[in-house]
Amino acid sequence: MSMDLSVSIAGLELRNPVMTASGTFGYGEEYAEFMDLDRLGAVVVKGLSVKPKEGNPPPRIVETASGMLNSIGLQNIGIERFIKEKMPFLRTYDTKVIVNFFGDSVDEYVEAAEKLSSVDGVHALEMNISCPNKQAGWAVFGTDPSVTFNVVSSVRKSTSLPLIVKLSPNVTDISVIARSAVDAGADALSAINTLTGMAIDINTQRPILANKVGGLSGPAIKPVAVKMVYELFRSVKVPVIGMGGIMSGDDAVEFMLSGASAVAVGTANFINPSATIEIIDGIASYLLGRNIGRVSDIIGAAHAA
Amino acid sequence: MSRSFSSVVLENRPVHKSHNLIILSAPDEMPVPQPGQFYMLQAGRGTDPLLKRPLSLFRMVDGSIQFLYRIRGKGTSLLADMKEGASIGMLGPLGNFYPVQSSLKIPLIVAGGIGVASVFSLVENIAGRAVVFYGARTKDDLMMAEEMRTYAKELVISTDDGSAGSKGNAAAALENYLASNPMLHQDLCIYACGPHPLLRAISDLAFRYRIRTYVSMEEHMACGIGACLGCVVNTRDGYKRVCKEGPVFSATEIIW
Repeated sequence: MSMDLSVSIAGLELRNPVMTASGTFGYGEEYAEFMDLDRLGAVVVKGLSVKPKEGNPPPRIVETASGMLNSIGLQNIGIERFIKEKMPFLRTYDTKVIVNFFGDSVDEYVEAAEKLSSVDGVHALEMNISCPNKQAGWAVFGTDPSVTFNVVSSVRKSTSLPLIVKLSPNVTDISVIARSAVDAGADALSAINTLTGMAIDINTQRPILANKVGGLSGPAIKPVAVKMVYELFRSVKVPVIGMGGIMSGDDAVEFMLSGASAVAVGTANFINPSATIEIIDGIASYLLGRNIGRVSDIIGAAHAA
Repeated sequence: MSRSFSSVVLENRPVHKSHNLIILSAPDEMPVPQPGQFYMLQAGRGTDPLLKRPLSLFRMVDGSIQFLYRIRGKGTSLLADMKEGASIGMLGPLGNFYPVQSSLKIPLIVAGGIGVASVFSLVENIAGRAVVFYGARTKDDLMMAEEMRTYAKELVISTDDGSAGSKGNAAAALENYLASNPMLHQDLCIYACGPHPLLRAISDLAFRYRIRTYVSMEEHMACGIGACLGCVVNTRDGYKRVCKEGPVFSATEIIW
């Protein structure tokens, strides 16, 4: 039986639905020793800003039950160095390269999008709107529908690349924000970013992370993510990239059944650097076992009456 | 060559009330580890604990890799429960290693507590040359001290309560040695692994006596391969990853 694992997201044809989640895969180099990047549907690189960012003081991570909290603080080398030092490596591969980016003002988002749009080998942009806005008392962009609309539409005007908006789950109703992003011109949505959380050391009686608060990822958040993807499938027409605690092919299938057109693997990369490959193979064996010839046939299947 | 592999537990036994020695098979295709490098070990089979455990290589002997570890949480408890014959997911060897200086240098090696695990193979590699300062809480907390003695040129023991060797920590013992040996300090080189306050004290001594010093740092770690940017330490050139640019850093580089 021939198996068609390809999916289409925002005009991008992916050889399979498995991508890497931003911030868990560096710029691909660290993983090349452990796996063939060309097997991936897409590589989503560590979030970039116009200027380099040094990130938060340590401790930056703490393990929690079936998950981990991180407060890396968006450390990155900046767009200029990324283009010079990392893109030549990524261009040697035949996979799709999606660049995650962020800013602390609308202007900075626009500048980042403009700079990235002309880079040879960048196939799409993923916009992180879960970061604080310096022009609005550091309130998070992606928690307010009109702020979301404003920043996404400004970026939309400054790039012709497919634009994916990565949503924050730390909101009352993710569908409201999603509709704002889509109305502003997003071609696809990524869901979900990490959930905010905290862990306290009972011996020192202080938060463990230097930043006190961090983002929770890993299997602990999977049911929350699956439910949000399920809601988004109903409330918006654009494709959704599902992520949050995917460890296996079965987890990826669950996200696709809930409505994801593709999936991103994050924390699992930390535990097993070839996790993405095992997940691609796991999806294929699920389909094979059920005699399903095309992976796209299972997208949103859980919504059937 | 592969740094991602599965090992078989050959032996896993207590060497102290809260410390075990685990001996694992090393596949032929694994790169040869250097003293100071570490591995990530999978503890348990489920998702809790989720992450692999970073452990310093203790020794490599006859195609096996050995780790001396403290049982302190869920992960290391599960590791301690692993029986002979069990398989265990591994990544390694990872990180950099202790740079061994020319034979002119007299290596002074400092181990505080479980820090002995990281420096033991260095002492072994330069057998007969190193003066080793090994500090522990009490006499009962000294591990592998007799084994260490066979490879060290000289072994200086210290304990916090004075139950073995001199009373005080390994930094105090080192300082005493430096003060009472009026040799040329530029012929010395210090390698240290242990708790953060001990390393800071060693670093102060190194600065005062102008001795080239390398310290092995620790930080919360997720991936071990440089991707997550979780395990950084603050240095004069900004944050550096313990798993990639480290774990061994020049003491002058670290912002203590």
